[in-house]
Amino acid sequence: MAEDLLSVQDLHTEFERGDGTVYAVNGISFSVAPGETLGIVGESGSGKSVSVLSIMGLLRGNGQVTEGTAKFMGKDLLRLRRRQLEDMRGRDIGMIFQDPMTSLNPTMRIGDQITEVMLSHQYTNRKGAFNRTLQLLEEVGIPEGKARFRSYPHEFSGGMRQRVMIAMAIACEPQLLIADEPTTALDVTVQTQILALLRELQQKRRMSIILITHDFGVATNFCDRIIVMYAGKVMESAPLDGFLRRSAHPYTIGLKRSVIEVGTQSHQLKAIPGMAMALTEPPRACPFAGRCDLAARRCREELPELRAIGGDHYVACHRAEEVLAAGATLDNLMAGGVVSAG
Amino acid sequence: MLGRGTVAATGAPYGAGGPSDAPSEKGSGAGLNGSLPREPLLRVEAVSKRFKVSGRTLRAVERVSFELAAGQTLGLVGESGSGKSTLGRLVLRLLEADEGKVVFQGEDLARLSTNKMRARRRHMQIIFQDPLASLNPRMTVGVAIEDAMSVQNIGGSSAERRRRTEELLARVGLPASAVYAYPFELSGGQQQRVGIARALSVGPQLVVCDEPISSLDVSVQVQIIELLRELRKELGITYIFISHNLAVVQLLSDNVLVMYLGEVVEQASAADIFSRPHHPYTRALLRSVLKVPESAAARTPLAVLPGEMPSPLSPPPGCPYHPRCPLATSRCKEEKPVLRDVSGGHMAACHYAEKVAATPAAVTGLAAST
Ligand SMILES: Nc1ncnc2c1ncn2[C@@H]1O[C@H](COP(=O)(O)OP(=O)(O)OP(=O)(O)O)[C@@H](O)[C@H]1O
Ligand SMILES: Nc1ncnc2c1ncn2[C@@H]1O[C@H](COP(=O)(O)OP(=O)(O)OP(=O)(O)O)[C@@H](O)[C@H]1O
Ligand code: SF4
Ligand code: SF4
Ligand SMILES: [Mg+2]
Ligand SMILES: [Mg+2]
Repeated sequence: MAEDLLSVQDLHTEFERGDGTVYAVNGISFSVAPGETLGIVGESGSGKSVSVLSIMGLLRGNGQVTEGTAKFMGKDLLRLRRRQLEDMRGRDIGMIFQDPMTSLNPTMRIGDQITEVMLSHQYTNRKGAFNRTLQLLEEVGIPEGKARFRSYPHEFSGGMRQRVMIAMAIACEPQLLIADEPTTALDVTVQTQILALLRELQQKRRMSIILITHDFGVATNFCDRIIVMYAGKVMESAPLDGFLRRSAHPYTIGLKRSVIEVGTQSHQLKAIPGMAMALTEPPRACPFAGRCDLAARRCREELPELRAIGGDHYVACHRAEEVLAAGATLDNLMAGGVVSAG
Repeated sequence: MLGRGTVAATGAPYGAGGPSDAPSEKGSGAGLNGSLPREPLLRVEAVSKRFKVSGRTLRAVERVSFELAAGQTLGLVGESGSGKSTLGRLVLRLLEADEGKVVFQGEDLARLSTNKMRARRRHMQIIFQDPLASLNPRMTVGVAIEDAMSVQNIGGSSAERRRRTEELLARVGLPASAVYAYPFELSGGQQQRVGIARALSVGPQLVVCDEPISSLDVSVQVQIIELLRELRKELGITYIFISHNLAVVQLLSDNVLVMYLGEVVEQASAADIFSRPHHPYTRALLRSVLKVPESAAARTPLAVLPGEMPSPLSPPPGCPYHPRCPLATSRCKEEKPVLRDVSGGHMAACHYAEKVAATPAAVTGLAAST
C-alpha cells in the first residue's frame, strides 16, 4: 500500500468557555493515501469541522489541540511553526470552508481574492495569476469571468460563493484538498459538474480529498472510504462497499435509515430518537448509548474502542459482531437488545 | 418539548384561511373545498429584480408570478444563481422589486409605511441560507431569539421568553445550554437550527426557508422536516421552501416552481413536476440527483450536463436553455418560449413541452464523465 499522504492519530481538541470545557474532538484517527477520497459524515456538531480546522491550525482562540499527531508529507502539522503552516496552507493543502460568506473577505473583489492565493504562495506572477483566475472561474462554472472578477462576495449567490471558494482551494494545485460541505449550496447539475472537476484533478495529479458532507448521495458516489463521527469520535470507518453493505454500527444504520430519497413518503421518515448530548465531558462510555436500541449495561460503563472487524473495516461498538450477524433481521435484535439492556 | 400550539400562544392571528381550513396535510389548499375563491395569503405579480454588475445589467429575477394559499408550501428549486434567494427576499420586501408587486393578506407591501411593514415582519419570517452571516456575532443564542420576540412584543416577561426559547431550541434538537453560546461556538448545523428557532419564535404565518436543512445531518433533517410539518398542521403556517434537495422538496411541497436564469421555466403541483416533468431542464435536474448505490460495484459514473453555464449578464437569445438542451431546434435559438399551460394547469416554458413529456426520460443530454 502506498504511504499515506496524511495520517491523523488520536487527535483531541477542546474549547474553553466561561462555563467549562467543550470536548469537541475526543481521540480521532484517520489517514488518506495519495489519490484517495475520504468521506466524513456524521452528527451535526460531532467535530467534523473542528477536526480539520485543528489539523490546519485554524482553531479559534478558545480552542486547543491537547493531544495527537497529524503527519503530512513527513511533517507533523500540529507541531509546525506558524509560518511553515501558513506556507503549506493554500499551497500543499487547499481548504474549502463550510461557510463561504464568512470565509471570503467581504471587502475584496472575488477575482483579487483568488489571485491573492496564488501570489502569496509565489505560484505564478501577476499576469499568470489573472489568467488562471479567469480559467478557474470558468472551470467552476462562473461564466464571464472578466465581468465577475470585479464583483464582491455579496453580489454572488450562495452557490457561486461556494464555487469561488473551490476555485481558491484548487488554485495552487494542492496535494490534499479538504472540502467541508463543498456542494450544499449547489443545484444537483452544478454539484455533479464540480464533483467531476475534482475527480479529474484527482486523476491527473493524484490529489487526495477529504470531503465532509451530510449528503449520502454525494459521499457514496464520490468517496473511496467513509468514516462516521459522533460526539467527537469515529464510530465506524469502512471502505465504500463495507459502508454500503456491511454497516456494523447502530448509529450508522440509524443515519442510513434517515436518508430521504426522491420518492420517500412522509410516513417513511425515520429520525434517530433522542438528541445528541452536550460535550461537557469526554465520553467514558458509549456516547450513543442513550439513543441506541441495542444498549446493554456494558455500553453504559465501558467506552467501546475503534477495532478492526476485517476487510479494513473498523467499528467502535461492543455489539458490532451481533449487528453484522443480524444483517436484515437487525430489528429483531434491537427488540431483544432493549430487553437485555434491562 | 414545545407544547402543542405554543407558537400560536404568541397570539398570531390567522391569515386569510384560518385554522379551520388550514390543510391537515399537504395537497389541499385553503378555499379548494368548493368554498368561495378568496384572496390567497400571498400573491406575487410579475416581480422583477435587476442588479448592476460592472456597468451591465444582471436580470436576477424576471417577471415571476405565483399565488400561495394559507397553509400551503411552495417549493422553489433551480439552478444555483437562478434567483431563488433574491425572489425570497423580494417576497419579504427585504429587497425592493424593480417591477411587479407582492400582495400579502390583500395588502400591497410596497405601499406600506416603514412602521406598518415592521409590524408585518412578525408574520413573514426567513430562515437564511447563510446562518452565520445572519446571526449577530456579539449576541448569545438566547439573547438573539429573545430579542426577535421582544422587538415584536411577544412572549410576555423575559422569564417567559427564556422558557419559550428553550422550548424552541429543544424542538430543533439543541440542548437548553445552547442559549449561552455565541454563534461562532456552534457548528454549521447548530447555527442553522438557531436560525430556524429564531424565525419560528415570533409565530409567523409565512416563512421563507432558504436551504434550511442542507447543513444538518440526515437524522436532524428528518426532525426539522417533522417540525415544519407539525407547525403547518397545527397552525397553518405557509412555507416557501427553497432547496437543492429535490427529495425533500417533493416531500414537503404542494406546488413547485423551477427557476433557470431568473425565470420560471416550470410550475406545477409537486406530484406533476416529479412524475411528468415537461421542461428539459427539470428533467436534467431530476436525473442528476445522486442516489445511494446498493454496493460499490453498483456505482455509476457521474453524469454531467454538458455545455457552458449560461451567464445572467448575457442570457442566450431565444430559449435561455437552448445551449444545453438536447431537444433544441433552430426555432429555440430565435424564439423565446413563454410560460404556458401545457396540461391542466401544469405550466412550462418550452416550445416542445408536450413532446418532452412524451420523450423517454433518459433523453436529458447528460453525459457520463470518467
Ligand atoms: N469556538 C468554539 N467554542 C466552543 N465550542 C465550539 C467552538 N467551535 C465549535 N465548538 C463545538 O464543537 C463541537 C463540534 O463542532 P464542529 O463545527 O466540528 O461540528 P460539525 O461536525 O462540523 O457539525 P456540522 O455538521 O453541524 O457542521 C460542537 O458541539 C460545537 O458547538
Ligand atoms: N447584491 C447583488 N448585486 C449584484 N448581483 C447580485 C446581488 N445579489 C444577487 N445577485 C445576482 O443575482 C443572481 C441570483 O442570485 P440568487 O442569490 O438569488 O441565486 P440563488 O438562486 O439563490 O442561487 P443559490 O442556489 O446559489 O443560492 C446571481 O447571478 C447573483 O450573482
Ligand atoms: S456500544 Fe452499545 S450503545 Fe454503543 S452503539 Fe454499540 S450497542 Fe449501541
Ligand atoms: S424551447 Fe427548445 S431549447 Fe428551450 S427547453 Fe424547449 S426544446 Fe429545449
Ligand atoms: Mg461543520
Ligand atoms: Mg440562494
